[in-house]
Amino acid sequence: MDTLMLSRLQFAAATFFHFIFVPLTLGLSIIVALMETKYVRSGDEIYKRMAKFWGKLFLINFALGIVTGITLEFQFGTNWSRYSAYVGDIFGPLLAIEASVAFFLESTMVGVWVFGWDKLSKKMHAAAIWMVAIAGNLSALWIIIANGFMQNPLGYVMRNGRAELDDFWALITNPYAWGEFAHVLTAAAMLSGFFVMGVSAWHLLRKNEVDFFTRSFKYGAVFGLIFSVAVALAGHAQGNLVAKLQPAKLAALEAQWKTEKRAPIHLLLIPDEANQKNAVEALPIPGGLSFIAYNDINAEVKGLLDFKPEDRPPVTITFWAFRIMVALGTIFPLLAIFGWLKLKRLTEYPLYLKAMILAIPLPYIAIDCGWAVAEVGRQPWIVHGLMRTKDAVSPVDPSQVAISLAAFIIVYAFLGAIDIYLLVKYAKKGPVH
Amino acid sequence: MELGTIWFLLWGVLWAVYFVLDGFDLGVGMLSPVIAKNDTEKRILLNSVGPFWDGNEVWLITAGGVTFAAFPGTYAVMFSALYSALMLLLFALIFRGISFEFRSKMESEAGRKLWDNIHFLGSFLPALLLGVAFANIFKGIPIAKDGIYQGTLFTLLNPYGLCGGVLFVCAFLMHGALYLSCKTEGALRDRAVKVAEKIWPALLLVAVLFLLYSAVATTLFKNYLDNPVLFIIVLLPVGGLLMQRVFIGQRRMFAAWVASAVTIAGVALFGVIGLFPVLLPSSIDPAFSMTIANSSSSPLTLKIMLTVALTFVPIVILYQAWVYKTFNHKVTEKDVEYDEAY
Repeated sequence: MDTLMLSRLQFAAATFFHFIFVPLTLGLSIIVALMETKYVRSGDEIYKRMAKFWGKLFLINFALGIVTGITLEFQFGTNWSRYSAYVGDIFGPLLAIEASVAFFLESTMVGVWVFGWDKLSKKMHAAAIWMVAIAGNLSALWIIIANGFMQNPLGYVMRNGRAELDDFWALITNPYAWGEFAHVLTAAAMLSGFFVMGVSAWHLLRKNEVDFFTRSFKYGAVFGLIFSVAVALAGHAQGNLVAKLQPAKLAALEAQWKTEKRAPIHLLLIPDEANQKNAVEALPIPGGLSFIAYNDINAEVKGLLDFKPEDRPPVTITFWAFRIMVALGTIFPLLAIFGWLKLKRLTEYPLYLKAMILAIPLPYIAIDCGWAVAEVGRQPWIVHGLMRTKDAVSPVDPSQVAISLAAFIIVYAFLGAIDIYLLVKYAKKGPVH
Repeated sequence: MELGTIWFLLWGVLWAVYFVLDGFDLGVGMLSPVIAKNDTEKRILLNSVGPFWDGNEVWLITAGGVTFAAFPGTYAVMFSALYSALMLLLFALIFRGISFEFRSKMESEAGRKLWDNIHFLGSFLPALLLGVAFANIFKGIPIAKDGIYQGTLFTLLNPYGLCGGVLFVCAFLMHGALYLSCKTEGALRDRAVKVAEKIWPALLLVAVLFLLYSAVATTLFKNYLDNPVLFIIVLLPVGGLLMQRVFIGQRRMFAAWVASAVTIAGVALFGVIGLFPVLLPSSIDPAFSMTIANSSSSPLTLKIMLTVALTFVPIVILYQAWVYKTFNHKVTEKDVEYDEAY
């Protein structure tokens, strides 16, 4: 394999692995902050125990999120140096702002929160976890504005043989980025809700600390319900933007080969990328695709065949990742609403509780599929319409990248296994008395 | 002053601050096998840097981010040229960061021992690699046209590079020992003081060697000879080194720690001022060097970044100072009994 392919695999591995930990960090920090706020307001010790129990799981997860994030910043320079030089004038500042505005606060305050239970007043201590939560989500915003530039470059001019910043305001108000931010944030909050519901379900099934875990489940159910609906709405809005700004990605994620008006959605569809057609195409909903893409059943959808072959994204991965994400997305509100309705009598529904334990990984799968749609679907561009991925890679020897890729896979598998082992162990252990 | 020059100086200052802050927690990590005799003492050491190490490490992310933002050309060449060294650094930092969280959750002695070793390596390797990397930057690395690196990982392990690595390791060991002599009590503190006394001659020797070697192997002194007033910068590490010994003798350990901080920052600033206006010299031909002129961002980006930096970095310093003040007590067995301790 060449440096390009190895670097792509390495970046994909590093990003997907990083994003196993990020969404729980984003959502669970808010849930823990809400629990601790409730403790400060009511003085009820159970909420302190809740904040500590869920906080411990938060921290185990947080550690890996932080260290795997550093990898990503390094890789732009090590593996994508031509990209860094070409758009660094725009992309670099966004990462630097993220570090100075958000990441500093998050990393500093997490230490304060861990070590400050006896050293700070109750209110100050609760403020620390709020700052962790706010800074974490703010951090996500700057990173997504950076990603938004790659998806829909705005605010630049071509000058001195590179892209230079021209309009900072346009860069940070990029509608694609804000839509993406809404979609990612709601997804993270939903995932965290399902995580809390799933772990609580494990204990409720065993009738451990029923009061403690029923109250915890309630936080999870509220998050799961609100945000499983919100994530779908945000996703739909994002789909409309993709249709407008990245028509090739839209065509790939729906495996739409021919340009047509009143394009249907096929409930049963299997793309055949090699032959540039669909192997199976059945159960059409007429105008369905035109409607979800443009909110108009008669709108024209441009097919993949009308893009030059070198401008088409990989269809198979983009298509399946999108289908899996959407299919999972329809299950989440149903699972959450059932729990919310039966909140007072959860222990009477062991089958549901078992399902909720098994459902813990599903939002993770949905979110990583979502990123596959966003990033694989953006190919062959690293910056949409501006720079191709193949032109962005560093002039380094493939052997170096092969070694580092192998090291990443081994190290990440090792760390991931221990982390999941510890999460399960401490989740099962339950709260301290 | 020109924007590019301001950013060059800020770039140097950020690295200096990072070395001063992460320097002591990396030092504590390296000293653990020597200073801590049992599990409780190991935990006291981990918890002595517990509330701080994560915030300290963000200065590295910021220094990297600022290189990217202000000098994207340099960032691109530097990071791709130093590919293998940076990957090693990255893995070391990943393991070190994780070891804080994981060690305390291992129930078997073997598990704790494993993570102790990982923590040691995760502290030692960054110190060594950062020293090797910066010495090589001071000296220049073989980059050809278009920033293409003509060497391997082993090219960096030349005598001058290794001298820089040993210097960083010694300086961070000293910095960590002085930190522990401020933050612990009793036998631990006594051992930390003793270690500091023992490291000092070694540190002095390596530092003098590095300074002399720099005169031969690099062109760092050219700026100083052109503007003799700059020799004030060289006084920082030299004075810091001497004052350390004086303060250690007087058992004024915090003052000694400050002197050590001045030494470390001084070494970094000495190099960076010597480099000016180059960020990454090419040892093949100065025409291929990465400089302020050929690698900096546009004036608009530099201006926006300056506004952000001048607004937020002081805020960061304020709240980090507050954190140091909040947790400025001596760390003892009592702290290890705390529920959430490492």
